[in-house]
Amino acid sequence: MRLLPLLLLVAALRAQVPYERILRAASEPGSWLTYSGTYESQRYSTLSQITRANVGRLKMAWMYQIRGRHKFEATPLVIDDVMYFSEPPSDVTALDLRTGRPLWSYRRNIPEGMIVCCGQVNRGVAALDDQVFVGTVDAHLVALDRKTGRVRWDVEVADYKTGHSITPAPLAVKDKIIIGMAGAEYGVRGFLDAYDARTGRRAWRFWGTPGPGEPGNETWSGDSWKTGGASTWVTGSYDPEANLLYWGTGNPGPDYIGDVREGDNLYSDCLVALDADTGKLKWYFQFVPHDVNDMDSNQIPVLVDTVFRGRPRKLVLFANRNGFYYILDRITGEFLLAKQFARQNWAKGIDPRGRPIPNPATVPSVEGAVVYPDDDGAANWHSPSYSPQTKLFYQNAREWGAIYYRTEAPYEPGKVFAGAGRRRIPGEEGWGALRALDALTGEMRWEFRVHTPPWSGILSTAGRLVFSGTMEGDFFALDADTGKLLWRQQTGGPIWAGPISYLSEGRQYVAIAAGSSLLVFGLD
Amino acid sequence: MIKATLFLLAGAVAWGQATPDGLAQGERLFGSQCAYCHGPRGDGGRGANLAVPRLRHAADDAALVQAISRGIPGTGMPGSALSARQARQVAAFVRTLGRVETEALSGDAARGRWVFEGKGACGRCHTIAGRGGGLGPDLTDAGARSSPQYLREALLDPEKEVPGGFLQVRVVTGDGRRITGVRVNEDTFSLQLRDLSDQVHSFWKRELTEIHKDQGKSPMPAYRSLLAPAEVEDLVAYLVSLQ
Repeated sequence: MRLLPLLLLVAALRAQVPYERILRAASEPGSWLTYSGTYESQRYSTLSQITRANVGRLKMAWMYQIRGRHKFEATPLVIDDVMYFSEPPSDVTALDLRTGRPLWSYRRNIPEGMIVCCGQVNRGVAALDDQVFVGTVDAHLVALDRKTGRVRWDVEVADYKTGHSITPAPLAVKDKIIIGMAGAEYGVRGFLDAYDARTGRRAWRFWGTPGPGEPGNETWSGDSWKTGGASTWVTGSYDPEANLLYWGTGNPGPDYIGDVREGDNLYSDCLVALDADTGKLKWYFQFVPHDVNDMDSNQIPVLVDTVFRGRPRKLVLFANRNGFYYILDRITGEFLLAKQFARQNWAKGIDPRGRPIPNPATVPSVEGAVVYPDDDGAANWHSPSYSPQTKLFYQNAREWGAIYYRTEAPYEPGKVFAGAGRRRIPGEEGWGALRALDALTGEMRWEFRVHTPPWSGILSTAGRLVFSGTMEGDFFALDADTGKLLWRQQTGGPIWAGPISYLSEGRQYVAIAAGSSLLVFGLD
Repeated sequence: MIKATLFLLAGAVAWGQATPDGLAQGERLFGSQCAYCHGPRGDGGRGANLAVPRLRHAADDAALVQAISRGIPGTGMPGSALSARQARQVAAFVRTLGRVETEALSGDAARGRWVFEGKGACGRCHTIAGRGGGLGPDLTDAGARSSPQYLREALLDPEKEVPGGFLQVRVVTGDGRRITGVRVNEDTFSLQLRDLSDQVHSFWKRELTEIHKDQGKSPMPAYRSLLAPAEVEDLVAYLVSLQ
C-alpha cells in the first residue's frame, strides 16, 4: 500500500514533455506546461471543479517558502505530479505536487554587485523532454535534468557586466529554447535568442535594433542603434500553424531622451513576429515610435482565433503599457483596433494606421513633464487573461501618473542610460482595477477596483471565475461575467505573479506566489 | 536649493574628493545614475528616500560607498559600474541630500520646551524619545531632519506641506459614528486609522458608509492663532535642538 504512491512518483518523474505535448497543452488542463499555460497565452483553464457556487470554500492546501528576499514573480509549471518554478534570483525548485515537499533544488551563485535595474527577479522556467530551463540574472541559460535538477549545460547568453540580465521564463518550441533578455536601462542592444535544447548551442539571434545595411537601421540617427535597447524581457507566444513567434520589445535607450536617437527607433516598443526556425522577421508593429516615456511593449501577446468584424481571423490581442488595448491580425501584422483602457496623456490619439499622435507636453524636461501612465505603465509584464467562455479580456490596469525631470545620459558600458528622474504628482495616490474588456472592441464591461496599482497576473477558468491579487496580499476570485467578489484570502505579502490552476489526484487547485511564499488552494 | 548648500557643506564632508568640483560631479552622476529610482532630488520613488539624515543601509560613509558600488542584497538596489572615485563622489553628494539648512535662531530652546509641553500640548500627538502621542510625526530627531524654516512653516501653516504617510481620513460607520483620524494602513478591503485621541480603529470598508481622504489636510491646528510669534520662535529653537 505505501509503496504505491512512491511507484507513481517514480513513474511521473520519468515522464517526458515532448514538444507535441506542449502543442496540445489545452487538452491537458490538469497540467501547466508552459509559462502562459499554452502557446496562445490565454491563461484560461478549462478546469471547472471550482465554480462560482463553491469557490467560497477554497482553503489553503499547502505553502512553500522561498529562500531569497527578492520579489517572487514566478509562474509555476505543473507536470506529472511535480511543480517546477524559479526562485529569485535564479534558483529552480521542484516540489511534490501532493505534499508541497521539495524533490530537488538548483541553487545558483550570483556574482556580487549585479547590475539589474529593477530587482533580481525571475518569472519562471520552461520544460522540454527531460529537461527544465532557466535564464539567470547573470545572463546565462541553464538546462537542468528534470528528475534531479542537476546541470546538463550552462551557456552565457550575454555579459552581465555590461548590464545584460535575464528575468523572463524561456519558451520551448520544437527543439529550441527561446530566451529573452533585459538591460535597456543600461544601453544594451536588445535581442531574442534561440538555443538547441540538447546542446545549448545558439541557433539564431534576432537583434532588437537593426545594424547597418539592415532594414530599419535608418530609424536611428548615427550609431544610436548600438545602445538602443529594445530588450525582450517578457515571454512571448507561438502560433504553430504559422510557425511564428510573437514577442514584445522594450524601450529604446536612453529611456527618456529622444534627441540623441532621432527616428522611429525600430524595433523598440514593438510586437515582432519571427519565424520560429530562423528568427527572421515576418512583420512588426510599433506601438510607440520614438518613445521618450519608457513604454516597453514587454507584455503578453494573447492569440485568439475568432470572427472579427464579420470574418474569421487569427488575432493577437495586446494590452500595452501605454494605456491602449490593441488588436492586430497576427498573420499579416495589420492594425485592426486601438482602444484606451486606462488614463493616458502621452498620445493625443491613434491614427487609422495605428500610429500614435504624440503629445509634446509629455517629453521629459528640466522643468518636469506630467505623464500618464507613469513608466511602470497602465499594463506591464503581469499577464492578462482571455476567456473563450465570456469573450472578455481581463487586464489589471494601473492608474498613476508621475513627473519626469530630464537629466544627463552619457553612455558608458554597464552604467544607467536613462535620462530622467521621476517624482510623484503631489497629493495623487495611485490605484488600480481589474478590467474586463470586450475582447473584440476593447470596451470595458466591468471593473474591480483595488487600492494600489496592481502587479498581479490573471487566470480565468471554465468555472466562470477570474483569479488575481493585490499589492497588499489579497488573493481573490471574481465572477467572470460580472466582476463580483466571491472569495478572497489575505496572504500576508504582495502579489506580483500570475495564478495557475491544475489537477492533483483528480482535484482542482489554484496556485499563486505571494510575498515569499507559494500558496496552493483547493476545495476542502 | 541643493546647489546653494553644496558649497557651504563641501568643507564639512569627510571625503577627500568632496571638493566643490567633486560634489558637482557627484550631483551629475546622481542625476544620470541614481535619479531613475531615487528621484531627481533623492527623495524617493522606486528607490528609498535618501534625503534623510540617517540611511538605513548605510550607517557610515564606507557602507554608503559599498552600497553604491555593489548594491544592497535582498533589495532592488543594484550594483553599479561606477569607479571607486565616482562612487565616493556620489556618496558625498547623497550625504548632502539629508542635510538641512541652518539659520541663526532668535528663540530660546529651553522656553520652547516649556511651550511644547505646556501651552502647545504638542506631546498629545507627537513623540519625543519614546514619550508622547502617535498621531503626528515622531519629533525625536526633528532638528536633524528638518530645517528651521520648514519647522516654522509647519507650526504656522500645517497644511502647507503635510508630511508623507500622514493622510487625514474621515469615515462614517454603518451605525452613524463619524471618526476623523490619520490613516495607519489601507488595502482594497479594509482601512485602519488612528483617531484624534490616539485610538486605533480597524474597519472593513463594507462596514463604512463614507470614506473621505483629505489630501493636503492636517488634524494639526495652525499655531499662528494659538501662540505668540516669540513662542513660535522658542518652539522652533527647541525642535532644532532635537538631533
